[in-house]
Amino acid sequence: MSHDDMSHDVSKLIRMATQMAQFFSSQPDRPAPEAVAAHINDCWTPRMRQDFVAQIRAGAEADPVVRDAAAFVRLPAA
Amino acid sequence: MKDFIIPDRDMGTPAVKSDITVNLLVDGIPVSVPAGTSVMRAAAVAGISVPKLCATDHLTAFGSCRLCVVQIDGMRGLPASCTTPVAEGMVVHTQTEEVAQVRKGVMELYISDHPLDCLTCAANGDCELQDMAGAVGLREVRYEPGQNHFARRDAEGPNPEYRPKDQSNPYFTFDPAKCIVCNRCVRACEEVQGTFALTIEGRGFDSRVSAGMESDSFLSSDCVSCGACVQVCPTATLIENSVIQIGTPEHIVKTTCAYCGVGCSFDAHMRGEEVVRMVPSKDGKANHGHSCVKGRFAWGYATHRERQTQPMLRERITDPWRVVSWDEALDFAATRLRQAQQDFGPDAIGVITSSRCTNEETYLVQKLARAVFHNNNTDTCARVCHSPTGYGLKTAFGTSAGTHDFDSVDETDLALVIGANPTDGHPVFASRLRKRLREGAGLIVLDPRQIDLLKTPHMGTGLHLPLRPGTNVAVLTALAHVIVAERLYDEAFIRERCDWDEFLAYAEFLLDPRHAPEEVEKLSKVPAELIRKAARAYAAAPRASIYYGLGVTEHSQGSTTVMAIANLAMMTGNIGKPGTGVNPLRGQNNVQGSCDMGSFPNEYPGYRHVSDPETRAIYERAWGVELSPEPGLRIPNMFDEALAGRFKGLYCQGEDIVQSDPDTRHVTSALSAMDIVIVQDLFLNETSNYAHVFLPGSSFLEKDGTFTNAERRINMVRRAMTPKNGYEDWEITQMLANRMGAAWSYTHPREIMAEIALTTPSFAGVSYDLLDREGSVQWPCNDKAPLGTPVMHIDGFVRGKGKFVHTEYVATEERTGARFPLLLTTGRILSQYNVGAQTRRTENSVWHPEDILEIHPSDAENRGVREGDWVRVASRSGDTTLRAHITERVAPGVVYTTFHHPTTQANVVTTDNSDWATNCPEFKVTAVQVSPSNGPSDWQEEYRHHSDLARRILPTAAE
Repeated sequence: MSHDDMSHDVSKLIRMATQMAQFFSSQPDRPAPEAVAAHINDCWTPRMRQDFVAQIRAGAEADPVVRDAAAFVRLPAA
Repeated sequence: MKDFIIPDRDMGTPAVKSDITVNLLVDGIPVSVPAGTSVMRAAAVAGISVPKLCATDHLTAFGSCRLCVVQIDGMRGLPASCTTPVAEGMVVHTQTEEVAQVRKGVMELYISDHPLDCLTCAANGDCELQDMAGAVGLREVRYEPGQNHFARRDAEGPNPEYRPKDQSNPYFTFDPAKCIVCNRCVRACEEVQGTFALTIEGRGFDSRVSAGMESDSFLSSDCVSCGACVQVCPTATLIENSVIQIGTPEHIVKTTCAYCGVGCSFDAHMRGEEVVRMVPSKDGKANHGHSCVKGRFAWGYATHRERQTQPMLRERITDPWRVVSWDEALDFAATRLRQAQQDFGPDAIGVITSSRCTNEETYLVQKLARAVFHNNNTDTCARVCHSPTGYGLKTAFGTSAGTHDFDSVDETDLALVIGANPTDGHPVFASRLRKRLREGAGLIVLDPRQIDLLKTPHMGTGLHLPLRPGTNVAVLTALAHVIVAERLYDEAFIRERCDWDEFLAYAEFLLDPRHAPEEVEKLSKVPAELIRKAARAYAAAPRASIYYGLGVTEHSQGSTTVMAIANLAMMTGNIGKPGTGVNPLRGQNNVQGSCDMGSFPNEYPGYRHVSDPETRAIYERAWGVELSPEPGLRIPNMFDEALAGRFKGLYCQGEDIVQSDPDTRHVTSALSAMDIVIVQDLFLNETSNYAHVFLPGSSFLEKDGTFTNAERRINMVRRAMTPKNGYEDWEITQMLANRMGAAWSYTHPREIMAEIALTTPSFAGVSYDLLDREGSVQWPCNDKAPLGTPVMHIDGFVRGKGKFVHTEYVATEERTGARFPLLLTTGRILSQYNVGAQTRRTENSVWHPEDILEIHPSDAENRGVREGDWVRVASRSGDTTLRAHITERVAPGVVYTTFHHPTTQANVVTTDNSDWATNCPEFKVTAVQVSPSNGPSDWQEEYRHHSDLARRILPTAAE
């Protein structure tokens, strides 16, 4: 698979997380990064979560809420 | 095992509801009936059939035929029993000398203007006129031949009163020569269907049934071919063409329609294994004896010549198909699936369950993923339609389902219809709603397009809020703003059923000026005053209901919209009582069921998360395997992973993702990247163009099982004929699973339902025995509700307190600009269904042979587009061509089309934008440009070429 397609997929993950951040940022009941991470943990496969966190750690451009959410995303053991 | 069931007896006039019971004596038999009941119905209750022609319990009494006259002690003359209400102590005689004399005279007159070709008449054996002639003892007709409507010609030449048959409708024939002008068809069109297409023209001897204007045929008229008139016709005047061809049926199998989410009950009238006709069941709790053109007539696809009945396989998707044995196909499929897992890991394969298949079949497919593939890679097409409903309603109320039954509409004072087009998408529900609108209920429609419901004859004024696609959340939040600002909310309800402080926080959020109608007008183009008017009307109605469709869910803010809807209902106390509620209109027949059955990658049956150890323990015990606690891939994620080279195998049952999912090119390149794609379907569909194994499926007429409709109603599907492909779909899944080591041994779907009930609390009480006994039940059905739950959240929400979620409007990324200045939104039409795989293979195509682009006159003029021109529709995803229809139903800046035809491929244009919570695609908003065109786009040519190649089937070697 070409590099283009890979990077497209990862940016798509960040795009999806950004949409979640837009929603949870307007909710009063809990900090948005935690809420975004909880939704990601509920809905994304371990591989998608790994890719997402790796991208953020590698410095991908993202909304601050999305960046902060990465810390709460559950990664599979080892 | 066939079900021999005597058709429901016609009680003459409809049942009446009353708290008062009236006692009377009919032919010496004491009867008690609700006040307001007709004497005719009371007699029927006593077991006595009073002769009748114009009366039927489908329709209110009319009193025109004079055949049902009776004698009543103390009453003068001979009153018509259909129009005479019962009274306490009444003494009725249904047969006296005088009565008999009058009836004979009436019959004699009818027969004097009716042809006597009974032996060759299509209604022979099923004709009420014939039956009544027998019942009244008519033995001779004394009238001399004279002026009549039935003879083509007499000695002097052609008969000027004779009208030839109208055979314009593909499904039924209208033969005016046999008409007795009983008015039943006209009344059914008005009362039951609500279309008002039929009328009686002329007076006296000149009275004739007419489909609209004199120049109109049934096909050119407003008739929507629902079949209600045919159903009530007492003679062969309006009769199904299939009955003309085949003859009368000899047994009935009760089953459920396989089209939309209304889930109408049908009586399949059979002769041997051949369907003679499908008649809506009067005791069907969703449809009460009504139907639409799809369920009533469009079942011919089940025996269409393109139906595939043999398994096929091929090494590469560019090879022609090779017809093989079931063993070879299943071995090949199982081996390749396991190979993909060996090479790329256990998560490299998955399934897509079908919202058209039964609950039992869906349950097995998700079980295949979880228990046999050992991953949670299961999803269903509900992903692309109602997944936001699941998320939104679960968040707000605690459970993923509509709150009310369809019967509730009879008690609503106002219906708020959002992003739905019921007269096309859910026609039988639309007829019920229209009936209520004619009785005076209010209507508010939030839709970019002027839908037909707004043109309901004889309703009051309907408010139409023609919002710009993509601004649902803004408009709904503005409605809530008005309700809060003007203190129109139901404080007592909120205090009792919700969290008051949470409401106050939401109220504060709402009162911000950015949510005021004046601000929202700028985004949505809906006049502020109209928003205020709608909010006041919704809040003021004693019982206001909300019905919504995919125009709500298929947006980047689909889930938020669902929660905004839930908020509106909660703040006005419109939950928990009849006539209110939040009611999603589900697209396909078993969308609700496929979601209930654990098709989603993060949820077991009954919406329990895969990470929940208790739920997992239940299934680990029941299935004897260890289960993954991690969510699996959603359909769009499967495609992304396939393009990343990590997802290699797919078992897709009864879905056509290439046509139904957005961004077709993305889907086809993902499928092309897989090692093994298995399609199980009735036909070689678009997805099968990218498949390696084709497993022929069975139609709903060929299997046992259950469908769950939009009101959570579990309806029985019963086998009326042997599967043409040899197996019911659940058997095929079981064979595949067993080749992968599963050792399943189900012998009937009832055993699968027993397993569902055993492992799913909301289904604990459901069994085939119960369904056979009750006809249907609505989940939750368990110890607390042994006969099911018609209305949910009556005393409290499933989650405890209702939750007010803040609903901030976020504009979609899909914006118009210089390159793509118009917004495309999509929908469907009455005669076609979803991807059209079924309806395109029926005569329904006479109404809708191709997808059409609706465009506003000013947009058309700017582009030099004329009516009927070919136009190119292009988005950032792709482009396609279709014909244009110029209409003011769409606002300037908005264009609209349907997605029923693969040659159009509307989804080449739609994008991969999706709902933030569920990845439900944003079908309803795509920025496009429209320009005149000469013919098919490059993509269409390329696709047609691949499709032609991919559908080649090698001749079988040795026959």
